[in-house]
Amino acid sequence: MAGDLRIGSARTRTVSFRFDGEVLTAREGETLAAALYAQGRRTLRISRDDGGPRGAFCFMGVCQECVVSIDGRLTEACRTPVHDGLVVESMR
Amino acid sequence: MSDYDLIVLGAGPAGAAAAIKARSLDLRVAVIDEAPAAGGQVYRAPSPALTATQPDADRARGDALRARLAASGAVLYANHRVWSLTAIFSVIAIGPDGPLTLEAPNLIVAAGAVERHIPVTGWTLPGVIGLAGATILLKAHGVLPGRRVVVAGSGPLLLLVASKIVAAGGEVVAVVDAAPRTSWLARAGAMLARPDLMAKGAGWLLALLKARVPIHSGTAIRAIHGTDGVESVTIGPVDRDWRPVGEAERTIAADAVCLGFGLLPSTDVTRLLGAEHRYEPELGGWIPAVDTSLQTSVPGLFVAGDGAGVRGADAAPLSGELAALGVARRLGRGGDLASEITKVEADWRKSGRFGAAMSALAMPPPGAAAMIDDGTTVCRCEGLSRATLDSAIAGGARTLADLKAMTRCGMGPCGGRVCGEAAAMLIAAATGWDREAIGQPSARPPLRPVPLAAIAGAFDYDELPIPAPAPL
Repeated sequence: MAGDLRIGSARTRTVSFRFDGEVLTAREGETLAAALYAQGRRTLRISRDDGGPRGAFCFMGVCQECVVSIDGRLTEACRTPVHDGLVVESMR
Repeated sequence: MSDYDLIVLGAGPAGAAAAIKARSLDLRVAVIDEAPAAGGQVYRAPSPALTATQPDADRARGDALRARLAASGAVLYANHRVWSLTAIFSVIAIGPDGPLTLEAPNLIVAAGAVERHIPVTGWTLPGVIGLAGATILLKAHGVLPGRRVVVAGSGPLLLLVASKIVAAGGEVVAVVDAAPRTSWLARAGAMLARPDLMAKGAGWLLALLKARVPIHSGTAIRAIHGTDGVESVTIGPVDRDWRPVGEAERTIAADAVCLGFGLLPSTDVTRLLGAEHRYEPELGGWIPAVDTSLQTSVPGLFVAGDGAGVRGADAAPLSGELAALGVARRLGRGGDLASEITKVEADWRKSGRFGAAMSALAMPPPGAAAMIDDGTTVCRCEGLSRATLDSAIAGGARTLADLKAMTRCGMGPCGGRVCGEAAAMLIAAATGWDREAIGQPSARPPLRPVPLAAIAGAFDYDELPIPAPAPL
């Protein structure tokens, strides 16, 4: 999937964070789930049961599919605002 | 004595209205919500990352709701997740600063609804998201679900999400609605009673027709294909009972799918507290049994909003006010409230008709279980296929508790909130029983995932009390 899915609207300043070692940018205060999804980083874990890729599904804190390691703590990406220097690891 | 007369769970349109009304009757009120700001899903506050957003009606309503709640004097605990409760009533939550326990003799549960999902092959691929999730991406974050999007499932959210994608400059390659076109017409009576809301829906439809978005009625997704994410979607016809019939019609290239089949009232809190429930398919399924002021069978426990039966955002504030009046009457406050309760109840019932008709439109008939293929993952957390669940059902599972014990279905981090309804549909399909006969899952704390460290708090190992050994 190409490009950035963000649309319209003026946004806050750009901050950078690390996702699986790669440096990505986000707008300050954007949720991590939205920032990753908008940039095409949609796979957040690999199912230990079927080996298939999984990503954010409900975006409202129900499904737990977007749980990643954020600064060493397992947290839902959809409930975490991005700030400068966040270190995120997917559940691969 | 408690610090509060009333705790409201949920700061959406119902919960906020309940809190504001209760404050106007001089009750001491606390409101708890999981989100960073009040508004619920429908009036969710835009992400703080958006500095200028398009003004729209929902945004204006949300801003007004937040301003009125803030001015009401109710104490709002935003960003707090309630994970346990005990009668009468301790509410145990976890927030950014750690654990929080609040107590009050009255509780209004305005917890809203979650999306009903019918699993289809490939729905676990990244890029498949819920219809409700899509509205959050679009409205709160200004993010398109994809470049070429299939919007599928049932109910009015299909048109809302598709029209929002089009308005934002995205492409909707197909709207796939399991309901036949005639079932929309069958609800026309209730819709005509609310020409304003009907015009809103017609506006969505018009926007889609103008953008030449293909709308496939009586059609469902057969499978979603892709390796690392969505690449294409196969669709095919379903019969009146939503059972797939005949060959798949076509395969559509797409990079995202928004999927959902209406809303399920959130009843985990009322179940945990032991309230009676009844099955009301027109209102989304299992709902708490209530009296005329929305008090459940547990004295002091009230419900409001979609959690009391899915009637939509329009009816929600009246239900909140009604429950607040019920609480005030129970506390002997505000004088004779009987005539006001009668009036608000009548207004609420009237205003709920449209939303209930929309809710009924989204409700899958029993045959919809046939959409789930044997190999399809049903329980995403535990990676359980339909075949696995069906073999447990063949082995005697008749309730969701049975399925959980036999397969771990619903035992994962989502707590069965994504797969529970689909699992119940499978039991119903295999046994030929009504959905009602399958019952509801039992609710147990933690209702939401909580970090153990946050519950345990900071302590020293030496401080743990060790009981003296029993004498021999």
